[in-house]
Amino acid sequence: MQATNILILILGLGAFAFFLGRGRSLALAKPLGGIRKLHSLPSYYGLHAALWCALPSLVLLFLWIMFDDPLINSIVVESVAADIAPTDTASYNLLINKIANLADGILPRKGESAALIAAADHMSSLRVISRWALTALLLTISLLGLLWGWSRISASFRARPVVEKVMQNILLACACLAIFTTLGIVLSVMFESIQFFRSVPIFDFVFGLEWSPQTAIREDQVGSSGSFGAVPLFVGTLLVSAVAMFVAVPVGLMSAIYLAEYASKSVRTYAKPALEILAGIPTVVYGFFAALTVAPFLRDLGASFGLSVSSESALAAGGVMGVMIIPFISSLADDVITAVPQSMRDGSLAMGATQSETVRRVIIPAALPGIVGGVMLAISRAIGETMIVVMAAGMAAKLTANPLESVTTVTVQIVTLLTGDQEFDSPKTLAAFALGLMLFTVTLLLNIFALHIVKKYREQYD
Amino acid sequence: MTKKPMTDSSNHLDKIKKSLSRRNRAEKRFRWYGRMAVFVGLAAVMVLFTDIISKGHGAFRITYVELQVTYDQDMIGVENLTDPAQLALGDWEALSKAALRNEFGDVSGRRDKRKLYGLISSGAGYDLKDRLLANPLLLGETENVWILADDDIDTYYKSWLDGEPYAARMSAKQIQWIDELHAQGKIRLQFNSNLFTRGDSREPEQAGIRGAVMGSLLVLILTLMLSFPIGVSAAIYLEEFAPRNRWTDFIEVNINNLAAVPSIIFGLLGLAIFINFFHVPRSVPIVGGLVLTLMTLPTIIITSRAAIKSVPPSIREAAMGMGASKSQVVLHHVLPLSLPGMLTGAIIGMAQALGESAPLLMIGMVAFIVDIPAGFSDPATVLPVQIFLWADSPERAFIEKTSAAIMVLLSFLIVMNTVAVWLRKRLERRW
Repeated sequence: MQATNILILILGLGAFAFFLGRGRSLALAKPLGGIRKLHSLPSYYGLHAALWCALPSLVLLFLWIMFDDPLINSIVVESVAADIAPTDTASYNLLINKIANLADGILPRKGESAALIAAADHMSSLRVISRWALTALLLTISLLGLLWGWSRISASFRARPVVEKVMQNILLACACLAIFTTLGIVLSVMFESIQFFRSVPIFDFVFGLEWSPQTAIREDQVGSSGSFGAVPLFVGTLLVSAVAMFVAVPVGLMSAIYLAEYASKSVRTYAKPALEILAGIPTVVYGFFAALTVAPFLRDLGASFGLSVSSESALAAGGVMGVMIIPFISSLADDVITAVPQSMRDGSLAMGATQSETVRRVIIPAALPGIVGGVMLAISRAIGETMIVVMAAGMAAKLTANPLESVTTVTVQIVTLLTGDQEFDSPKTLAAFALGLMLFTVTLLLNIFALHIVKKYREQYD
Repeated sequence: MTKKPMTDSSNHLDKIKKSLSRRNRAEKRFRWYGRMAVFVGLAAVMVLFTDIISKGHGAFRITYVELQVTYDQDMIGVENLTDPAQLALGDWEALSKAALRNEFGDVSGRRDKRKLYGLISSGAGYDLKDRLLANPLLLGETENVWILADDDIDTYYKSWLDGEPYAARMSAKQIQWIDELHAQGKIRLQFNSNLFTRGDSREPEQAGIRGAVMGSLLVLILTLMLSFPIGVSAAIYLEEFAPRNRWTDFIEVNINNLAAVPSIIFGLLGLAIFINFFHVPRSVPIVGGLVLTLMTLPTIIITSRAAIKSVPPSIREAAMGMGASKSQVVLHHVLPLSLPGMLTGAIIGMAQALGESAPLLMIGMVAFIVDIPAGFSDPATVLPVQIFLWADSPERAFIEKTSAAIMVLLSFLIVMNTVAVWLRKRLERRW
C-alpha cells in the first residue's frame, strides 16, 4: 500500500478512536449523573484514545519510510551475483540506481543480464513485503493503541492532564526543529568539508591565491591539477559587498533619518511602503535587471568616457545589490532612530541646536550601536546574496580590487559547482561545501554579533 | 555667578549671528540629502518597474501568419487517425511547409526554402496535428489557418510595427516576404495564450510559464502545509509554555540566526540531507517544499510570536479565572485572537518562498522540464527559476518572455502582499 494511503488510514482510525472514546465517556457518565461526574470533558477522553491510536503508528511510519530504502538496497546488493557486485561507493550507487530503475520499469528489461534482472525482481519482492509488513504492523499497533486508550476510560481517569502533556511535548518538538535545522546545516556542511580538506589542505584553501576547480579526467591532462585557493573568491565577495554597502548605507540611512525626523505624516505614509516594495522584489528580478539593463548601461557609459568596463562588472552587481538592501537598512535604522527618547531631541533643540545638528550630534551617536548592528546584518545579507551575482557577476576568479572588472563570488562558485550532474564525492563538488562552511561561519558570526549589539541597544532605552 | 562685561556678550552674540546663516545653510543641505536619498530609493522602484514593463509588455502578444493548409493524407503519411503509433510517426511539418510553398510559389533552391520554412515556428506541424485530431472531418480539406510565427519573425515584426526594425537575424528575402504578408493582411499580432498554457520549450515562441506556475503552486502548498502548523506550534510553545531556561534561550538564538542565514545554505542542507542522505529524488516539489519550509519557518515563528504577544494578558487571566487550564486558555482564547496576525505572517512567509530561487538551484529544480507537473513527485521547476533559466538563454525573444514572466511573478507577489495588508487592517484588533 502507498505511504499516503497508510497515512490516511491511520488518521481515519484516529478519528474513529476519538468518537469511540468520547462516546464511551458519555455512556459512562450517563448513569453517574451527567458529564459533571467525569474528571475531564468527554472530548479529552476521545483525544486520549485518538492519540494512543495514531501517534505511535505515525512515528513508526515515519521511521520506516526513512530507513526501509537503504535497508532494502543493502540486502539486494549483498545478494547479487559476484560478477556485478560493486567495488566502491560510486559503482554501488550506479548499481542501485540501475536495479531500482529496472524494478520500477523505467528501464526496459530487454538486453540486461540475468543477474541484474534477478536483483531487480528481488528488490520489487522485498518492497512488496516491506509495504505489507508495514501495513500489518501499523494496523495492529493502531488497534492495540485504540483498545488500550479505550479501556482506560473511567470516570476517575485524568484524561485532560495526559492529553495536555502530550500536546505540550508536540509543541516542544516543533520548537526544537529550529535547533535540528541548525544542527543539520552544521553537520552537512562540516561533514563534506572535512572530506574536502582531506584531499586539499585547509591552509591551501583559505590562503591560496588561485582558484580553478577543474579535476582531471585523464591523468596527463594539461592544466588539470585543480587549484582550490579561495582568496580570489573572498576578495570578489568583499568587493561586490563593499560596492553594495557604498550604495545602500548612505541612501538607506539618510532616507530613514529624513522619514523619521523631517517628513510630514502624509509623505511618511506613502514613501515608506513605496521603499519597502524594494524589499519584496525577488532577487532573481534584481539579477535580471542587473545583467540586462544596468551592466550594459555602465559598459556603454564607461566606453563614452574611454574606460573599459566589463559587461559583468562588480559595479553593476554590487550597485543593484545595494538598491536591494536600501529598505533593509532604512527600516532597521528607522527602528533605532524612533527608539531614541524624545527627551534627548527636546534637550538638544532647547539648547538652540538646529534639527540637523540634533540628528548629527545627538540622535546618531545615541543610535549608533543599533545602526552598526543593522549595517552588519546588511553586510551578512550582501555576502550571502546569490541570484544577483550568479546572473550579473562573472565566473572567472580574478584577484582584483577594481570594481569595473568582473569578479566572482563565493555564492556564484557554490552554484556553478553544484548545478548539473556531477559525481558527489569529487573534490569539485566538495569544494562547494567547504565554501558553504566559510559562508555559514562568517554570516553566523556577523549575525550573532549584530543581534547582540541590537539587543543591548534595545535594553538601553526600553 | 559673576556677570561678564557687556562688550564680551555682544561680541558673542555677533559670533552666533554670523554663524547662524552658515548653520542654517547646513540644515538646508542636510534636508536635501535626506530628500535625495528618499528620491533615489523611489526612483529605483520606478526605473525597475518601467524597465521590466517596457521590456515585457510585448510578450503578451505574438505574431501569427495566415496560411492555406491542405490536410493531405498522403503528405502526412498517416492512414488511420486513431492509431497513436502512426500519428507519432506522421510527417506533420510537411503540411505547414506545403502551405508556405503554396503561398510563395516562386521560391526555389535549398537555402531559400530553409529561410521560407523558418518563417513559422518549428512546432507548427504539431499544432496542425492537434487541430486535425480535434476535427477529423478536416482530412483532405483545405482551410485558412493562423499559424504561429518563428521567434525571429516575431521579434522583427513587433519591432517593425514599433518603427525601429531589428533585422539582425533576418535575411532580405524574409523581410520581403513579411512585407508581402503584411500588405495582404496575412500577418498579425494575437494574444499570446501559449505563454499561459504551455510548459517550457527551447523555442521562445512556444515556451510558456504554465509548468513553472504549477511547480510554484505545488511547492507553496507543501511549504504552507508544513511550515504554518509547525511554526505556529513552535511560537505557541515559546510564548506560552516555555520555561525561562537555557534550553529555551538556545532555541530562540537558533531561530533568530536561522532567519538571517543566507538562503543558499538551506540549499546545501537540502542537497546533503534530503537528497544524499534520505534519497528523496531530485527536482521534485517534495524536496523543494521541505527546503523552503525550513527556510520560511523562522519568519513564521517570529511573526506568530509577535501576534501572540499582542494578545493582552487580561484575556488569559480572565479565562484562567473561569477555571480554564493553561492549554484551554491558549487553544480557546489566545490562538483565535492571534490567528489574523499569524495568517498575515504566513502570507508574507509564502511570498518570500515564492520569490526564492537560490536554494532550489542546489536541489536540481533548475532542470529543463517541458511537461507540466501534476503531483508532488513529478519533476518540476518554479517561476523564479524559470526566469533565471530564460534570462540565461541566448535567444533575443527570451528577454521579452523573461520580463513577462517577471511581471506575472510580481503580480502574484503584489496580490499576496496586498491581501496580507488588507487582512491586517481588517482583522487587527486594538486593545
